[in-house]
Amino acid sequence: MSLISQLRDREHVFDFLAPDVSPVDVHHGVILYMEDVSVSFDGFRAINNLNLAIDDGELRCIIGPNGAGKTTMMDIITGKTRPDTGKVWFGTRHDLLRYDEPAIARLGIGRKFQKPTVFEALSVFENLELAMAADKRVWPTLRARLTGEETDRIAEVLTLIGLTSHRHDPAGILSHGQKQWLEIGMLLMQRPRLLLVDEPVAGMTEPEMERTAELLTSLAGEHSVVVVEHDMGFVRSIARTVTVLHQGSVLAEGSMDEVSANPKVIEVYLGEDAC
Amino acid sequence: MWWLKPAHEPITQRVLGVLAASTTAVLALHLLFPEGHALHISTYTLGLLGKYLAYALLAVAVDLVWGYLGILSLGHGAFFALGGYAMGMYLMRQIGDRGAYGHPELPDFMVFLNWQELPWFWHGFDQFGFALLMVLLAPGLLALVFGWLAFRSRVTGVYLSIITQALTFALMLAFFRNEMGFGGNNGLTDFKDMLGFDLREDSTRAGLFTITAITLGLGFWLCRALMLSKLGRVCVACRDAESRVRFLGYRVERFQLFIFVVSAMLAGVAGALYVPQVGIINPSEFAPIFSIEIVVWVALGGRATLYGAIIGALLVNYAKTFFTGLIPDAWLFILGGLFVAVTLALPQGVAGLMKHWRWPRTPDTTTQEARA
Ligand SMILES: Nc1ncnc2c1ncn2[C@@H]1O[C@H](COP(=O)(O)OP(=O)(O)OP(=O)(O)O)[C@@H](O)[C@H]1O
Ligand SMILES: [Mg+2]
Repeated sequence: MSLISQLRDREHVFDFLAPDVSPVDVHHGVILYMEDVSVSFDGFRAINNLNLAIDDGELRCIIGPNGAGKTTMMDIITGKTRPDTGKVWFGTRHDLLRYDEPAIARLGIGRKFQKPTVFEALSVFENLELAMAADKRVWPTLRARLTGEETDRIAEVLTLIGLTSHRHDPAGILSHGQKQWLEIGMLLMQRPRLLLVDEPVAGMTEPEMERTAELLTSLAGEHSVVVVEHDMGFVRSIARTVTVLHQGSVLAEGSMDEVSANPKVIEVYLGEDAC
Repeated sequence: MWWLKPAHEPITQRVLGVLAASTTAVLALHLLFPEGHALHISTYTLGLLGKYLAYALLAVAVDLVWGYLGILSLGHGAFFALGGYAMGMYLMRQIGDRGAYGHPELPDFMVFLNWQELPWFWHGFDQFGFALLMVLLAPGLLALVFGWLAFRSRVTGVYLSIITQALTFALMLAFFRNEMGFGGNNGLTDFKDMLGFDLREDSTRAGLFTITAITLGLGFWLCRALMLSKLGRVCVACRDAESRVRFLGYRVERFQLFIFVVSAMLAGVAGALYVPQVGIINPSEFAPIFSIEIVVWVALGGRATLYGAIIGALLVNYAKTFFTGLIPDAWLFILGGLFVAVTLALPQGVAGLMKHWRWPRTPDTTTQEARA
């Protein structure tokens, strides 16, 4: 698949970025490192001494019961929520706590939201256009013109997410599943180094889930992917390493078989919602 | 080039066509038919129409920030008034020694207040070029500082609307004070001429009307060009899902600031066109209610179309002239009633109605993939 090979083309990932952004340094093999991160909302500890390390090129699944803090963790990584304590590093060069959301996005962290948020008044095509890796400052944005190459990329992503026939429709009229796909497409257009994917298959049919699984596994390797998902079948189909989050901290980590055999995990999570 | 894009767009072609045709028609009726003829358009009416066109430009400026960026500014009257004052100061300086007190340099109100010399901020306004620069810079700088503070702290929505009202109210109180040096309560008036043209002359009025129409056309073009660019699509995205835009790497506050400043400058230009045609500028333009009225024009005409703002400004102001002539005290009630009626019956304003009935479906934001 040529799109996948393009996405793998690491040489071109950063040349679009504003000059103030230096590439992520992963020579220790770790792309994301969180240490002793805690955050409270009105006294309620949503994240509690969380420690997590994601290797460069890894595909990591994160599971955990509702309210475990999975989305909050992504909020912290992407700059939406400031932790009370702890460290969050992107590679060994970038302390993410020093950056805001746009800066973190420009560093190469892309995010798909749990509740799909697309720009409803804009067409599917325009949604992808805005997400596309480009110089995102005001003046270059005003002068931006799509090159043939960029149009081709958008067309390829449209094919991949199965929305080619909807390209001119406002994103607002898409079904829930189609919005999920559009968000995944927007993520691909950004060519991020690290993808944070929150519940990608909610609202998707079985064959669509399979396609998503295929897509995410093919992205891993050259990209690092963190997937939060409730659907155990889906997690089993893509997981190499699974992290179980419970009450804001890591309860268990390991292969799917290891964690599902872990008695603590069975107690808090898998027991009530068997796979 | 981004600024050439509207040339290919049917909406711009149509709006500018209608504007050009009606401007020419009005001028023709004014010039070709003698006074007293049934088809003659009087100088008074011409001045009135010129005033409406200046308001229309102001409405376009408000639609740019409200319709496309979702920032409901209830203080655009302030930018309009600042542009108006900058032009008024030039016109005051042009009076020279022909004022009632005959002072060679000081405007009448300063002589009246026993001031001995021109305040520093009145210097330079005898130059037309400098005054024009100030027409852009005064509202632009205010918008820059205000917007920078507000957008940086992510103040949006109702809070922003309220502080814009506070801004224009504060400026109104300031300009009411004689010590401010802007003529206080009475403002600036008794203008004589502009660039050597007598403002009471018919031909000057016709010229001002024409320039206002052309500037409105250019302002419309500029806003259209901005909104047809990728920047315009980022604005719409900010309007609908501001935080999502940040996660794509755009600095939302910079886009908001840019458009807010452009809009304030356009409002200033509208004010500068308004003043010579109306012959006076006073602090009432800063009144909070005026800024709210502008928003009503845009809402009535239809948000996020730009031409809707023009239609709204023309219709409401025509209605205002008509009804205040008929029943002077009832205008605010009529305006309020109109607003409620249109919001309920035509949520997309008059423009929405037109789109529905007659105009071909032309999306407001056009993909240019075909031209890439
Ligand atoms: N901004 C906030 N203010 C207050 N409480 C919050 C906020 N964000 C999250 N929480 C709380 O933090 C806890 C963790 O929420 P989070 O959304 O991270 O859970 P989750 O693991 O993503 O759950 P789900 O599987 O339902 O998506 C919840 O109890 C939630 O109510
Ligand atoms: Mg969640």
